[in-house]
Amino acid sequence: MNQLLELLQKNARQTDAEIAELLGRETADVTTELAALEKDGTIMGYTAILDQERYAPSKTTAMIEVRLTPERGGGFDRLANRIASFPQVKSCFLMSGAYDLLVIVEGDDIREIARFVTETLSTMNGILSTATHFQLKTYKANGLLQSVPSERERLPVSP
Amino acid sequence: MSLDPQRHLAQQIQKIPRSGIRDFFELVIGRDDVISLGVGEPDFSSPWHIREAAIYSLERGETSYTSNLGLLSLREAIAGYVSETFELRYDAKSEILITVGVSEAIDLAFRALLNPGDEVIYHEPCYVSYNPSIALAYGVPVAVATKPENDFSLKAADVAAAITPKTRALMLNFPTNPTGAVIDRAELEAIAKLAVEHDIVVLSDEIYSELRYEGTDHTSIATFPGMKERTIFLHGFSKAFAMTGFRVGYACAPQALMEAMMKIHQYSMLCAPITSQVAAVEALRHGAGPAEEMRQAYAHRRNLLLSRFAEAGIPCFAPGGAFYAFPDIRATGMTSQDFARQLLDEESVACVPGDAFGPSGEGFLRCCYAASTDSLREAMTRIGRFYEKHVS
Repeated sequence: MNQLLELLQKNARQTDAEIAELLGRETADVTTELAALEKDGTIMGYTAILDQERYAPSKTTAMIEVRLTPERGGGFDRLANRIASFPQVKSCFLMSGAYDLLVIVEGDDIREIARFVTETLSTMNGILSTATHFQLKTYKANGLLQSVPSERERLPVSP
Repeated sequence: MSLDPQRHLAQQIQKIPRSGIRDFFELVIGRDDVISLGVGEPDFSSPWHIREAAIYSLERGETSYTSNLGLLSLREAIAGYVSETFELRYDAKSEILITVGVSEAIDLAFRALLNPGDEVIYHEPCYVSYNPSIALAYGVPVAVATKPENDFSLKAADVAAAITPKTRALMLNFPTNPTGAVIDRAELEAIAKLAVEHDIVVLSDEIYSELRYEGTDHTSIATFPGMKERTIFLHGFSKAFAMTGFRVGYACAPQALMEAMMKIHQYSMLCAPITSQVAAVEALRHGAGPAEEMRQAYAHRRNLLLSRFAEAGIPCFAPGGAFYAFPDIRATGMTSQDFARQLLDEESVACVPGDAFGPSGEGFLRCCYAASTDSLREAMTRIGRFYEKHVS
């Protein structure tokens, strides 16, 4: 594993100098490697992880299972890319099993998502069916537990 | 009328001084503004899969005694781990004893080995319990000072000089608490030869052996010719798996020694807590990944600390293991105690004065880097500022 990338994934706001210090490397060396990783597309971007319940409590997320007709030549790709291009679609995956695409959609409220499903998604050519599941509560997202159970006490000095 | 300690307390106990760590602890406790590099344990909680296994064990109602030796499943897992990691083969049924931390195993070993007046050689600065554990077993502690110019590693020649006809045992701890020192294979082999030649039993506390950095090797002294039959190999789960509060360690030794230790263990402790033993089985079965992640985090923090010491002009050797740095503060002209106390007063940073680990730690400070990088950065800024103000 690339230790530089692992550190960045934990905290992308660390400076190159801080990362260099942790890895025992030169800052310039870290800067060069990061630039290369950004250029070749390994690092696609940097983002803030928000607690949605604090930031936008009314914001709603839904997971939509989509079944669709594969096309000769392209399989699911053309239709999947069309769906994925909508800005309200946050993630879109081709899945094994009972349905084809898992589409994760965010909206300001339930109505907005309902409108997207009924008026946009299910009316597209090639869509066979949709099943929409609304997210009720978040326990863990982006690898972070939402409510850390307790502050544990550690002795300030121990042998 | 109050109790007269002189009359009512055992002389042996009266002779043993209070731990220097406890004195320092009392200065720090109750202050909530302190950044502490004074701990001797991981800052991580035990990995979740280990905690979950302990919870499940309670749910199943596993709340009974175990065999005095410990759960056979744990002893078998340990036999496998020790064989794979250290190339040491022990019989799970007769040569492995589960104890309440390595501390209990050390106490058992000294009590099993020593007659009044027998000498035990140990290297110093060292973990605070070695000297008193020897004394409590009516042995005579013989300290061999490790030196800053050797990065606090032990030299066979110094061990040889300390051997007398009364020497019964040698206590080793590499990587070392409080210095982070390691020992190289050749020197360890020379020490092993001395042990064989003088018929000395060796206690080898290898609790920090998984926490090594920059490709540092680790060899157990028990692997050298003639050593397995005279070595008590001590290890546990506290450091590598962040399980200090579970209190579970183990001793591996030839059957005759184990029998003797068992006699004490079965009457004093009976067995280690079953929940902790079940958690330990889980740690050995599935804990390698999380343990390596923690080791990696310590490696990063060690780099951070060493680079900050260098920046601040504070001499500090690069420790090969554990999670301690042992910087040299002699250029300030202050004692370790004064330095640590004033650092606490002026900058609210807690580090343990080196002499708490024996007189040869004087002039040094134990800084534990099992702390968050943010705390370490802030602590190092403050230590650097303090040092600059006081260095002559």
